[in-house]
Amino acid sequence: MPPPLCSRVLLSHPFSPMSLMALREQLNMLVNSMYIEGLLDQQFQQLQMLQDASSPGFVAEVITLFCEDAERILTELTKLVDQAVVEFQKVDAYVHQLKGSSSSVGAQNVKLACIQFRQFCEENNKDGCLNALNVVKHHYYLLRNKFDTMLQLEQRIQAYDSKQQN
Amino acid sequence: MSSPRGGDKEGGRDGERQIHVLAVDDSSVDRAVIAKLLRSSKYRVTAVDSAKKALELLGTEPNVNMIITDYSMPEMTGYELLKRVKESPTLREIPVVIMSSENDPDKINRCLEEGAEDFLLKPVRPSDVSRLCGRMRS
Repeated sequence: MPPPLCSRVLLSHPFSPMSLMALREQLNMLVNSMYIEGLLDQQFQQLQMLQDASSPGFVAEVITLFCEDAERILTELTKLVDQAVVEFQKVDAYVHQLKGSSSSVGAQNVKLACIQFRQFCEENNKDGCLNALNVVKHHYYLLRNKFDTMLQLEQRIQAYDSKQQN
Repeated sequence: MSSPRGGDKEGGRDGERQIHVLAVDDSSVDRAVIAKLLRSSKYRVTAVDSAKKALELLGTEPNVNMIITDYSMPEMTGYELLKRVKESPTLREIPVVIMSSENDPDKINRCLEEGAEDFLLKPVRPSDVSRLCGRMRS
């Protein structure tokens, strides 16, 4: 038996209370799953707590900055680790930067992968560095996909809130 | 007659100068986070991405109440910035706090011996910022 007409209208309307609730629930479930899977740690919670009415886009801003930074660094690392003679100090400096920014944003798996990467740099282990770079990339792109979804959901929720206020 | 309470500027009260913190970090992510942490405590914040820019700003605006700087930065480190500030007759009274992601006792001691007010481990937390409250230059 199909749901009553009023429910169908509410479910299908883009700004219906039901769809807003569903969006919020989807966002919460996504973020919770990211904590459970180790993609995020407590530091991300700190960022969420810093976001307020005066800076509603704070988390999105930090995520965007992190992704820009990470991709710039990964590009440089790819070039450096691909050299015949690897400049391990330079590689380490970049990995240190990425470890720092991933720590600040709460990107746990990326941070841990960077810590392992630095070990290989210290050992001047080129194969180790190549593998570690792939691991970092794996964790980063997994995280970025989830961040993209998170930001899209937040934008839709904020669009609804703006519409309600106008 | 007392001045009216409440102001239209971020933080502070009418008639009282808002505390100004200079944040120095080459990481855009860390700059955004530390600036937000400080603004949440109602400080006025100027964030720059290098020690060189920090010194340029201090040259034109020395009335900064605190400098909070990352240790590891290219060209000039936070430690070198700390030394330059403490060597300057106009800037030496400004408290300097160092931030680092590395818990290196030698590094920490070196900074404290050079006159750093405090050493914070990254990621910096709201509780870290709270404990700096009473140590701003008045």
